[in-house]
Amino acid sequence: MSAAAARASTSSSHFELFGLTQAFAIDLRALEKAYREIQARVHPDRFAHAGEAERRASLQWTTRVNEAFQTLRSPVSRARHLLELHGVDVAFETNTAMPQQFLMQQMALREALEEAVARKDAGALDALRRDLERDKAALERRLAECIDRERDYPGAAGLVRELQFLEKLAAEIDAAYETIQ
Amino acid sequence: MALLQISEPGQSPAPHQQRLAVGIDLGTTNSLVATVRSGVATVLPDAQGRPLLPSIVRYLKDGSVETGYAAQARQAEDPKNTIVSVKRFMGRGLKDVAHAENAPYDFLDAPGMVQLRTVAGVKSPIEVSAEILRALRRRAEASLGGELAGAVITVPAYFDDAQRQATKDAGRLAGLNVLRLLNEPTAAAIAYGLDNASEGVFAVYDLGGGTFDLSILKLSKGVFEVVATSGDSMLGGDDFDQRLLCWIVEQAKLAPLSPRDTRLLLVRAREAKEHLTYHGEAQITARLSTGELVDLTIDTETFCRITQTLVQKSLVPVRKALRDAGLSPRDVQGVVMVGGATRMPQVQRAVGELFGRDPLNNLDPDKVVALGAAMQANVLAGNKPQGEEWLLLDVIPLSLGIETMGGLVEKIIPRNSTIPAARAQEFTTFKDGQTGMSFHVVQGERELVADCRSLARFELKGIPPMAAGAARVRVTFQVDADGLLSVSAREKTTGAEASVAVKPSYGLADADIERMLRDSFSHAREDVHARALAEARVDAQRLLEATRSALQADAHLLSADERRKIDEAVSALERSLPGAEHRAIKQAIDALNRATEEFAARRMDEGIRRALAGRKIGNL
Repeated sequence: MSAAAARASTSSSHFELFGLTQAFAIDLRALEKAYREIQARVHPDRFAHAGEAERRASLQWTTRVNEAFQTLRSPVSRARHLLELHGVDVAFETNTAMPQQFLMQQMALREALEEAVARKDAGALDALRRDLERDKAALERRLAECIDRERDYPGAAGLVRELQFLEKLAAEIDAAYETIQ
Repeated sequence: MALLQISEPGQSPAPHQQRLAVGIDLGTTNSLVATVRSGVATVLPDAQGRPLLPSIVRYLKDGSVETGYAAQARQAEDPKNTIVSVKRFMGRGLKDVAHAENAPYDFLDAPGMVQLRTVAGVKSPIEVSAEILRALRRRAEASLGGELAGAVITVPAYFDDAQRQATKDAGRLAGLNVLRLLNEPTAAAIAYGLDNASEGVFAVYDLGGGTFDLSILKLSKGVFEVVATSGDSMLGGDDFDQRLLCWIVEQAKLAPLSPRDTRLLLVRAREAKEHLTYHGEAQITARLSTGELVDLTIDTETFCRITQTLVQKSLVPVRKALRDAGLSPRDVQGVVMVGGATRMPQVQRAVGELFGRDPLNNLDPDKVVALGAAMQANVLAGNKPQGEEWLLLDVIPLSLGIETMGGLVEKIIPRNSTIPAARAQEFTTFKDGQTGMSFHVVQGERELVADCRSLARFELKGIPPMAAGAARVRVTFQVDADGLLSVSAREKTTGAEASVAVKPSYGLADADIERMLRDSFSHAREDVHARALAEARVDAQRLLEATRSALQADAHLLSADERRKIDEAVSALERSLPGAEHRAIKQAIDALNRATEEFAARRMDEGIRRALAGRKIGNL
């Protein structure tokens, strides 16, 4: 592993990389601004005429900066990263136990999705998408409370899993548009 | 006040001494080369003043090659050896080629990529494309009066890894230093964005001769950020010609056509299509080799009707990209039209209706990609002063994944990820005592491997025998700034590291490149060795220059001892330059690269520190 790769992969948390305070509620504009300023310095386009060592260092740093940016930009991965920094594993893969009420609600939404697909009803898909965005926003507000104010990290893990569920459903709705076209 | 820097005499290029860099639009139908002169991007015409080079290559019996208009003039008479639209075959197997049965070529279904049998032997699409690139390189060098330092070659945004790799290989084969593969819609956005100083969300609708791309970009303060891209690499103006050809055959009740007549009628179909852009009807007349006379008239309405499904087909990726970007058509401030096929009024109309606004047509849709590529080449060659460059953040168009049990795809890097990108995933063994694992790398959005494009297969051997599920094999995908993938795998439980790195199988091995180079030189009567030596010297000069400017800017990051080691490697490289052995120069280049590795890493850290420091000051 090259010197730059070692540094790019071991350097501190994603928040530190962008000079942000560790929190779920972040200023997305500030994140974007820091991301672009760093990219402007390390991007491979700045080193296209440079030597191989610099091109490689640039590739590794840009890759790391992109990954950090993607992680912080998405609420699910940002929360997951935060919890990991506090030693809590969200365990999407193994922990699938969810509150009864949440599961019932999810089943109802999925049924509505299937019906909309069967009827080839793009308007119904639009409505579902809108409802889902509203639910996601509410869940994100609760996550911010839970992580940033109450510092209840194990409790937040359950909310992150719920948010992940909603993200998946959103992706399925998007895919459904393609099947009804 | 900052002190002005003065370089050692003869060590730094004078400001007016720009590196010669070009942008090349390697199109399905036509190709162009452009450069930035006195700050303005211009297309370089041929000696007769023609800006386009028809992407046509004709192979002759004596081994010589005709390109462009010369080849175009003979296409109907020598269809088998005159290759048109070769871009459609790049990185493709025979089964992927649409209308193969209508094409007049002698195809050879080689593993990976289809090949073409000509009078001058079997040719791969890479070799054919390299002939087009070589012709453009000669044109540029003649017009600019010197060797090119580098070129940016554009590719459809929707090109997969195999097609990109093939394009880059063609560039290498043509003797170009490929600075970057740039997505065509992104190149168009650069040309538009800088011309109009635009801000906001833009869509680029790029319907070329053989490919269709749709990219959505966010433009703000010198940053071009692609947020989503979509397309159809098998849809283009050629398909409108094919539709028209079918209509002609049907209307004139023609028997199956000879290759020569097919080509003749395709040429007539294209002429009629172009005529219909500005007129209500077009005449199609042709005398076939059978003696039959075709004499038909087609009006705009009929043409729109028979091509309606093609236009509709292009709108599917448009909607998909909008959804991926989380945007509605109304969020888009402008739709840039690129590619000759967007001249068709029915295309303009359909796009206008979908977005609810008139598309932008103020730049020549044939030239805009080459112009944007030239602007980017100028930046990449380092010709622009710091602070005046822009930043381009592009994405991969299709997800990259790996085959898992049951022929399913595990996605590793999702589509629309900003590049460069890397992602690692762990896999484990299926059986007790298993010592090897085979991997199959695929690209595409479908869940079944069979529906995705196969990019590479490789094996990881030497895993210590363990119980099933105990091994931990970490597979890492890395996509570089050209959108090209490399994959590595490593077993990490035991510390006994087995690792393997692969390049997808469509790419050429260095030995293939060497063979193809030898083939092309035997006709061009150039000396392979002289060429290799010249290239090594150019590489060396480039590295020396880059090292000097890095030392000039950041020497304070080095201890005296570190500085001495770099200086020694620099002198060693300088000493190797006059020698006649290209390998010796290559070794000295490698040594200098190794010597500057730590320096490069520190410079990068410094860059990030400065970026953050600047931001904090800005926030105060």
